[in-house]
Amino acid sequence: MSALLECEKVTIKFGGLTAVSDLDLRIGEQELVGLIGPNGAGKTTAFNLITGVYQPTGGSIHFGGRPTANVKPHTLSLRGISRTFQNIRLFAQMSVLDNVRTAMQGNRAQRIRDALFRGRVFREVEARVEHEAMELLKIFGLDNFADANGKSLPYGDQRRLEIVRALATQPKLLLLDEPAAGMNPTEKEELMDLIRFVQDKFKIAVLLVEHDMKVVMGICQHIHVLDYGKKIAEGAPAEVRANPKVIAAYLGKDDGDA
Amino acid sequence: MSGLFKDARFFLLLAIAAAIGVSLAAGSFNRYYLGIAIDVGINIILAVSLNLINGHTGQFSLGHAGFMAVGGYVAAKMTLLYGAALFLPALFVGGVVAALVGLAVGVPSLRLRGDYLAIVTLGFGEIIRVVFQTSEFFGAATGLTGISKLTSFAWAWGLAAVTVYVVACLVNSTYGRGFIAVHDDEIAASAMGINPVRYKVTAFVIGAFFAGIAGGLYAHHKAVISPSGFDFIKSIEIVVMVIMGGMGRTAGVILAAIILTILPELLRGVAEYRMIIYSLLIIGLMLTRPQGLFTISRKK
Amino acid sequence: MSELLQQIINGLALGSIYALIALGYTMVYGVLRFINFAHSDVLMLGAFAAFYLAPVLAPTLGAESIPLAFAVIVLSAAICACIGMLIEFLAYRPLRSRPRLTVLITAIGVSLFLEFAGQHEKVFGAATKPFPALLPNADAGFGALHISSNDLVVLVLTAVLLGVLWFIVQKTKLGMAMRAVSFNEQAAALMGVNVNRIISFTFGLGSALAAVAGIFYAMRAPGIEPLMGVQPGLRAFIAAVLGGIGNLPGAALGGLLLGVLETVFGGIPSVSNYRDGIAFAILILILLFRPAGLLGKTQIEKV
Repeated sequence: MSALLECEKVTIKFGGLTAVSDLDLRIGEQELVGLIGPNGAGKTTAFNLITGVYQPTGGSIHFGGRPTANVKPHTLSLRGISRTFQNIRLFAQMSVLDNVRTAMQGNRAQRIRDALFRGRVFREVEARVEHEAMELLKIFGLDNFADANGKSLPYGDQRRLEIVRALATQPKLLLLDEPAAGMNPTEKEELMDLIRFVQDKFKIAVLLVEHDMKVVMGICQHIHVLDYGKKIAEGAPAEVRANPKVIAAYLGKDDGDA
Repeated sequence: MSGLFKDARFFLLLAIAAAIGVSLAAGSFNRYYLGIAIDVGINIILAVSLNLINGHTGQFSLGHAGFMAVGGYVAAKMTLLYGAALFLPALFVGGVVAALVGLAVGVPSLRLRGDYLAIVTLGFGEIIRVVFQTSEFFGAATGLTGISKLTSFAWAWGLAAVTVYVVACLVNSTYGRGFIAVHDDEIAASAMGINPVRYKVTAFVIGAFFAGIAGGLYAHHKAVISPSGFDFIKSIEIVVMVIMGGMGRTAGVILAAIILTILPELLRGVAEYRMIIYSLLIIGLMLTRPQGLFTISRKK
Repeated sequence: MSELLQQIINGLALGSIYALIALGYTMVYGVLRFINFAHSDVLMLGAFAAFYLAPVLAPTLGAESIPLAFAVIVLSAAICACIGMLIEFLAYRPLRSRPRLTVLITAIGVSLFLEFAGQHEKVFGAATKPFPALLPNADAGFGALHISSNDLVVLVLTAVLLGVLWFIVQKTKLGMAMRAVSFNEQAAALMGVNVNRIISFTFGLGSALAAVAGIFYAMRAPGIEPLMGVQPGLRAFIAAVLGGIGNLPGAALGGLLLGVLETVFGGIPSVSNYRDGIAFAILILILLFRPAGLLGKTQIEKV
C-alpha cells in the first residue's frame, strides 16, 4: 500500500547550511504522526518542504502518488495538503468567518465572471460557502465570533481558528506546526482531544510538530525524531521515549515542557 | 455590505441613468463647473482602479499614470486617425492596451515587496512616459493636439459607475477575498489554495484597464495630451487619493477623489501655494492619520 | 578608442557625483529601511547654499580660489547636514514604528515640499540661476585626453571623501554603531547604542555628502534651480540599487558604473535620445534579475 505522503532522502541546503538531510518520512491515510526534535532541528523546514514553500535540493516527495517537485504551495493545497503555522498567520483584516471562507475559494472556485454578473450562480455559491463555513465554526464553538476580527480572539481561540481554516480546504493531510505553543495544561488537554476529534471526524492524516512531549506521546501513533536536520529515531511513542539517541539529543538542550 | 451588493446591478443601472440625465440637462450648466465635474469622474476611475492594486491587493504601485497615458494616447490616436464616431471602441481599445501593459508590469512585480515594488512601478511609469516622449507617431514632446472633445458628463460618470461596480463586486465576493488574503499574508493565502500570482496579476490588469479608460476620457476632455501630464507627480496624486480614502475602502477613496479634485480649484486664489499646501497635506496625513481620513478607527 | 577613453573619464566624473549621492541613500536605507525620496532635494539645497555663500565669502577669501572653494563646500555641507537631521527629527522619527510605506510617502511629501517651496518666488524662484565659479577652470589633460580641472577636483575630492567615509564606518566606534543599527536596531539598542543619535548622525553625514555632490553637479551644469536634484537623485538611487541597497562599497561602485554607462551610451547618436530611459531600464533589469544588487546578499524569507 503506497502511503499518502512519501518523503525519500529529502535534503535541502541554504548556501552552506544543510537544514534537512536525507529525510525519509512516510505517512499513511488517517495516520497521526509526530515530528519532534530540539530547537533548530529542521522541523518547520520539513513542513515547508512538504507544502512546497521550499524545493528540496535532493531527494523527492510524493503526495497521493504524485511528485511534488516544483509544484506551487497553492496547488499542493488544492491537492489536499493544508497547514497551520508556528506564528499564527491569520488574515488580519478579515473577520473570523471570512478567514474560513477564504480557504474555501480554492476548492469551490467561484469564477471572476460570477462575481461580476451577480447572477443565480453567484448567489448560490455565496450561500453555500457561508453555510459550510458557519457549520465548521459551529463544530469548534467559534460561531458566536463569526463577525469579530480574527485577531481579536483570545490566543487559544486564534490557534483553533487557524485549524478550522486549514480544515476548510478539505485536506487529506493536515500539518500542525506547534499548535500547543503558549497554551496552559488545560488548553493542551483540550487540544489533544481536538486533534483526535479532527482526525476521526474528517478522516484525515495529521503530521504534528510539537515540543510538548505529553501532547506528542499522548496522541501520536508514530513518531519521527530530528536532530540537526537528520532523522535519529523513529517508532511508536514508547520506543522513541526510551531511545538513548533521542534522550542524548534532548539532554542539555532546553525543550521546556517535557 | 453584502446585503447592499445583492442589489449591485440595480444601483449600477440607476447611477448610469442619473449620469445620462444630468448630461442631458448639461446645456444649462456652467461650463467651468461641468469641466470640473468631469475631472472628478475621471479621478474616481483612477483612484478606484489604483485602489484595487494598492489598497485591496497590497501591491504598492507608483506608476499608475503610465497606464493612464497608454489608454489616453491610444484612444486619442484612434479618434484622430479614424474619426470621432469611434469614441467608445477607442476608449475600449485604449483600456485593453493599457491592460496588456499592466500585464507586462504585473508579471515582474510578483517577486518584489514594498519599497522595491514601488520603485519598479515608478520606473515603468517613467519608461512609458519616455517612450511617448520619443515617439514621433504619438507627437513626441508636444504630444497630441486637436483631439475631439467627446467626453461628456454621462461618459465620465457612467464609466465611473461601471468602474466602481466592477471593483466593488469583485472584492465583495468569495473570489475577491483572495485579493485581501494575498495582501494580508501571502504565505498563508498560498497554503489555503489561493494563487498569489494570479491575484496580483489580475489586480494589475484590471486596474490598468480602467486607468486606460480614464486616460482615454481625459484625452477627449482636455483635447490635448502630452507626456509631461502623465509623470511621477500624477501617479503620486492618485496614490494620495487612495491613501487619504483609506487603502482598500472604496467609498472612502471615492470621497477622497472628489475632495482632492475640487480642492485645487478652491485654492485657485492661492495658486502659488497650491503644491506647497498639497505636499504639507501629504506629510500631515502620514504623521497623523496614515490609515486614511475616512476609515472608522480600527485597532491595527 | 581615445574617444571611448574620453567618455569614460567624463563618465567617472559624473559617476563620482552619483556615488556621493548614492551613499546617502544607501546609508539611510541601511539604518531605517526606507528610501529617502527627499535626499535628492538636499543636494539642491547644497548647491543653493553655495550659491548664496560664495559672493558673501569671495571678498575676504578671494574669488575663484582654493580657500573660497574649501570654505563654501565645508559650510554648505554643514548647513545641509543640519537640515537633513532636522528633516529626520520632524518627519521620520515620529514614524519609526510605522510600516515602511507610510514613511516612504512622507518622504515623497517632504521632497515635493522642498521642491515647490523652493520654486516660490519668495524663496529661490523657479528660474535657473548661474552658478558662481568657485575655482578657476582650466583644461588639464594629457595627449588627446581632456579633463577640466573642475572634474579633476571632483574625482580627487570624491576619492578622499570615500576614503574618509570608509575609515569612519570601518575603523571608528561611531561607524561600528552605525553598522550595528543597520543589522539589528533592537540588539544595538540593547548593547547601549543610542539609536536616535546614530540615525541622526547617519542623516547628517549623508546630507553633507549630498551637499558636496550638489556643488560638484552645479559646477558642471549650466545653472541651478529648485528641481535640479530630481534627475541626478533618481540616477543616484538607481546606482545605489545597482550596487546593492544598504551596501556602501556597492553604492560607490554603482555610482561610478552608472556614470560611465550613461556617458558612453549618451555619446552614441542613435541611443542618446533614450538616455533618460537607459537608467530606468538598468533599474528594472537589476530588480528583475538580481534584486540584491551587484554586491548585495540575497535575503531568504523565514516562514
